[in-house]
Order: sequence, then C-alpha cells, then structure tokens
Amino acid sequence: MSKYTEEQLEQELKTQEYKYGFYTDIESETFAKGLNEDVVIAISKKKNEPQWMTDWRLEAFRVWKKMEEPEWANVHYEKPKFQDIAYYSAPKEKPKLNSLDEVDPELLDTFKRLGISLDEQKKLANVAVDIVMDSVSVATTFKKTLGEKGIIFMPISEAIQEHPELVRKYLGTVVPTTDNFYAALNSAVFSDGSFCYIPKGVRCPMELSTYFRINEGGTGQFERTLVVADKGSYVSYLEGCTAPSRDENQLHAAVVELIAMDDAEIKYSTVQNWYPGNKEGKGGVYNFVTKRGLCENNAKISWTQVETGSAVTWKYPSCILKGNNSVGEFYSIAVTNNYQQADTGTKMIHLGKNTKSTIISKGISAGHSQNSYRGLVQIGARAENARNFSQCDSLLMGNLCGAHTFPYIEVKNKTAQVEHEATTSKIGEEQLFYCNQRGIDTEKAIALIVNGFSKEVLNKLPMEFAVEAQKLLEISLEGSVG
Amino acid sequence: MLKIENLHASIEDKSILKGLSLEVKAGEVHAIMGPNGAGKSTLANIIAGKEEYEVTEGNIQLNGEDIGELAPEERAHNGVFLSFQYPVEIPGVSVTNFIKTAINETRKAKGLEDMPAKDMLKMIREKSELLEIDRKFLSRSLNEGFSGGEKKRNEIFQMAMLAPKLAILDETDSGLDIDALRIVANGVNKLKSKDNAVIVITHYQRLLDYIVPDFVHVLHDGKIVKSGDASLALELEAKGYDWIKQELV
Repeated sequence: MSKYTEEQLEQELKTQEYKYGFYTDIESETFAKGLNEDVVIAISKKKNEPQWMTDWRLEAFRVWKKMEEPEWANVHYEKPKFQDIAYYSAPKEKPKLNSLDEVDPELLDTFKRLGISLDEQKKLANVAVDIVMDSVSVATTFKKTLGEKGIIFMPISEAIQEHPELVRKYLGTVVPTTDNFYAALNSAVFSDGSFCYIPKGVRCPMELSTYFRINEGGTGQFERTLVVADKGSYVSYLEGCTAPSRDENQLHAAVVELIAMDDAEIKYSTVQNWYPGNKEGKGGVYNFVTKRGLCENNAKISWTQVETGSAVTWKYPSCILKGNNSVGEFYSIAVTNNYQQADTGTKMIHLGKNTKSTIISKGISAGHSQNSYRGLVQIGARAENARNFSQCDSLLMGNLCGAHTFPYIEVKNKTAQVEHEATTSKIGEEQLFYCNQRGIDTEKAIALIVNGFSKEVLNKLPMEFAVEAQKLLEISLEGSVG
Repeated sequence: MLKIENLHASIEDKSILKGLSLEVKAGEVHAIMGPNGAGKSTLANIIAGKEEYEVTEGNIQLNGEDIGELAPEERAHNGVFLSFQYPVEIPGVSVTNFIKTAINETRKAKGLEDMPAKDMLKMIREKSELLEIDRKFLSRSLNEGFSGGEKKRNEIFQMAMLAPKLAILDETDSGLDIDALRIVANGVNKLKSKDNAVIVITHYQRLLDYIVPDFVHVLHDGKIVKSGDASLALELEAKGYDWIKQELV
C-alpha cells in the first residue's frame, strides 16, 4: 500500500445499504414443458431468427441428445429432468425504452430495488444497464452514448437481427456447440443474453452491466453472452444476479464467450447470488455455466467472480492464451453455506509465447457445504516462457463443511514457470473473542474476517460492485455459527 | 463502577481464581500485580466475558448490574474494554475498518445511527495524533506484521476511539521500548477522567512510573493477598514477589 489518502479513509468510513431478495409478478408467456426439435424451432421462430441461426441451434440440439451429463465434478445432486423444463419464458409486454413512462411500473419498481433506478443511473452512476428479465431483455439504456463510439451493447436476440454478420462470425467460436453437455443445451435453446462489440481502439467509457434474474418458477434460464473486443479496445463488463426464493430446483446453464483481439482487454466481473436452497438443502438453483475467453496477441482477459448463491455450482471461467504475450487472470471468491456445493475454478491454456496467467481463488465453506477449487494450468509445447501463478486459499467455519483443491498442471515446454500455493485456515476462537470484546457480535465478526480474507479479490471488482459483493458475503454467511 | 465478590473460576477443571474480591470506583486507577500464573490475565478475560472460563462462585457487577450472564460484546457495549496482552491478527481488515465496525456496532446496540463518516474522520485524526500514530498505519491489516510496540499502541488507539468506562490493560507494557511506553502511558493518562476507571495489569513496576495508580493489589494463587497505595508497587519492585509469598506462610 503506497498511499492512504483522506479520500480513501473517508471512502472506507462510508457505509452503504444492500437490497436483495424480491419477486416480481409480471405476466409471462411460457412454453409447455419438454424439449424436442420442434421446441428448438419454435424458440427460433419466436425470436424471428434467420435460418442459419435455426440450423445452428438444431445442430447443437442433435449433438446434445447424444451427450451424457458430466459426473466428474465433486458435487452430488438430483439430475434435472430435462423434459420437465419449460424452455422459453418471456414477459408478454415488451415495453420500448424511448421513455421510462412506457415501462411497466412494477418492473421499474424492481429496478429500484435492485438499486438501478434507470434515470438516476443515467445521470450519476455512468453505468449502462441491459436487463434480462426472464430471458428477454426489456430495457436497454445508454445505447445512444455507446452508439456514438460505435459500441454495440444489446440483447443478443436483437444483435442477431441487427448485426447478423458479427454474431454469425463469432458465436460458438470460443465455446463450440459440441464443447460440453450444458454448452450444447444452451446453444440449442438459449433464449436471450447480451451482445457487446467494442470497435478497434475504442475504450468503453463506462462499465457495462447486465442484471440477470430468474423469475418464472420452473423455467430454466439459458443465457448467452458474447463480448467481442476488437484490436486495441477495452471494456469492463459486470454481471450481477439476484433471485427470489423458490422451492423447486431451477436449472441455469449459461454460456459466456469473450474474444479479445490483438492488444484488447476485457474485464468480466460477476456477482452471483442465486437462491442457494433452504437450510435443509432443499431447492435452490443449479448453476452449470461455461465461460471462456480467447486472447490474441498482447490481449488480456480478467475474470473476477463472487459466487455466493446457487445450490450447486459448476463453473470454470477460462482463458485461452493463444496470442503471444497475452495475459489471463482469474480472481474468485466462492462461498458455500448450509448444503451448498460448489465446484469452481478456471482453466488457463497457454499456447502463445510469453503468456502469463494469475489465479487467485478464495473458498469459504460453512455449514454442511462442500467447496472445491478445480483448476487446470496447461502450457503448450510452443508456449515459450509461459508463466503462471496460482494461489488457492480456503477458509473453514465449523467442523461439518469441506474444502477441496484439485489443481491440474500440464506442462509441455521446459521454459515454463508454474507456481502453486495453497492454504487452509479456520476462523479462530481468539479472533472472534477479540472482535466480541470490541463490541462486534460473532456474526458480524465472521463477516469482517471473511471480507478481510477475500480482500485481494474484492479489490479487483469495480467500486460499486465491491460494496454489493461485500454485503453479499455477510448475508450468505448469516446463521453459519451458533 | 466494578465490584467483584468472592470470584471463583476455573478452566478445564483447573481452579484459577479462588475467592477474589475487588472494588473499583469511577475516577480510580488500580494496578494488579503478581507473579506469573497468579491469575492476572484470567481475571482480565473473565471480566471481558471469555467463554472458556467457568465462573463457579461469586459475581461481577458493573454499575450495580450483574454482568455474569452477558456476552462479551454486550459487556463491551456497557463500556468494558480489554487491551489484550497478545492482540490477534485479522488479515485484510484495516485498522480503520475494524474500529469503524466496532464503534458502529456499539452504537447500533444503543439504538444509535452509524457515526457520520465526517465525525469519525475527525475523531480518528485526533486520537491518532494523541498516540503519535502515522496515517499509513491505519490502512494496514489489523495487527498483521505489527511490531510489539505497534500492537500495543493500536490497542490504546482503539481504547481512545471507544472511550470505555472501564479499561483493563493486560500487560500493556510488555514488548514496549521506553519511548513507546511513554506514548502509550501518556495516551492513557489523557483518557482518564472522573467518570471512567482503569485497571492496569502488570508484572513490573515500570509502567506505574507513568500511569500512577491509586491502589495496588497483589494477586497470588487466585486471590488478592495484599492491597496498598502506589508505594506498594515500589516495595514489590525492591523486594520481589517472594517477599509476599513468605509473608503469607
């Protein structure tokens, strides 16, 4: 720490509120349950997609049908019944955003509770928000400001209509339809998501953000995100989630693809707070996500994630360091409490020369939960002077939870330098008593210690997100002692 | 302020305090001295409410209220402060963040709003000057990599920020060089008032040159065996604890 200014001190002293947990009652249109080629075609039709898109989906569906659900992760759950899921759900009315007055007042209220009152944000926060309510984007702001820079930021369904050449060129190039069971399923039935394109040499002037919500009981969400940063461009993308309490399991299988061309940089930050199930481990979201980025020469991709929600998480945001001198980063906090299970980590695939990757993973387990870090560092034969540093820290609360680390290292080039550090610690009685003695109760003390433990990663998040993430950690661990 | 009557306490069936009585009034400074293993730190921890000790007999009253059943944080909210002999490290939590949390949690317990950032900033500035604490120090992780002197100074800084009614300084002088000792003692003296009280637990007389006690008690084998004024500390320094032990035989 070099300097600590008055402003920083003041910033640290400010306290902020976090609002979460609500359910919006908006009339939805939902397809009948079940999945077959007709449903895939119907989804494509519903969205008025061109034939190439329909064909792409169908191909993915055919691949998926032949695939088996993966079982290698350190998680145990009742497999989703794929014929029991409705694959499309959209708010019936699609308000246009020429004026906020046209938007469903209840939806506006939801935005407010999310802390993203649109007009306020326009003026103050400098954040463009593309909101996905149950699969279909109903609001997009800042389009104009972004448009002036040539930046495209819109629901992917719109991008398919308006920029088919871009979508067709890049969709599925980083995560092919055949990649894995859930990626194939997503490719077949994805309902919506976001598309972002930053032109050559453009530095995106604001944090782009998407709030995903799962709203309709029993609807799986299959988001598809594609971010393309052209040569020499920069973008910071935020993805945050909240969901109302649900009794039945909800499947979420998203795919995120990032493409950073020569000299480009993408920062992708996620705060995930889906319903983790109740204290007995009933209900909760299944979060089976495929996230991967491709780096060309001198490009950089940073994944930062704060995972507190979901009953079962299966997620490995990865970087393919194809270009020379490219850089991949993964900063993660995964919190599990009660009966939550998380198997998360990253893959850093070094192909180019002088490629560098950094992995900082902080796992926090409480209750009866199981928290696994799984990471692959692969150095290809041509990746001269590749470097990796990995650090995996686990913090345990109580005696009933588990922390696991599964690091895989494959090195095919002698010049590589790969470092792996791991620690496991427990919150100590002495620490708790010290906090108690200062008037801080045990619950708050744990939140404080956990936030301290996670600081390296929290610091990587954009400011407004960091505050929310910090509150989330506290909320997630509520009731974990006692 | 504090009244302890016939306190018996044990840890894992080992009896440590064996009928200790002590009364501390507002505005007073008491020193508790005694050889290693006499139960000095145990007494401090029991007043603060550490759960691993079992009180088997007697009671502790704070301002006329029995605090025996209160949780440590509730005792803190009632104005009890313990300056730890070995302050723990909390990685990633800055001194500022920690003290902010402590103050606001205490305010919350009293039904007050969080202290406005501006007020807290002002207080931090004042108190850090009082204890000659560098601003950079406040951004460091709590006690992580602190020298012995820094740890103790940080304890007294927290005491200054929390303005307790009853402050217990457990071996605050250990690990301090003479300059740090002077700064810490000076800080404690400035915080003293007719409304609060201080208990200084120490092995040596040294600290008492700076923080002059109204009463000195000698703790031996779980009981206070001798009480007197500041001159008792000097006598102990000259004659050693064996003198007390022999007197008891």
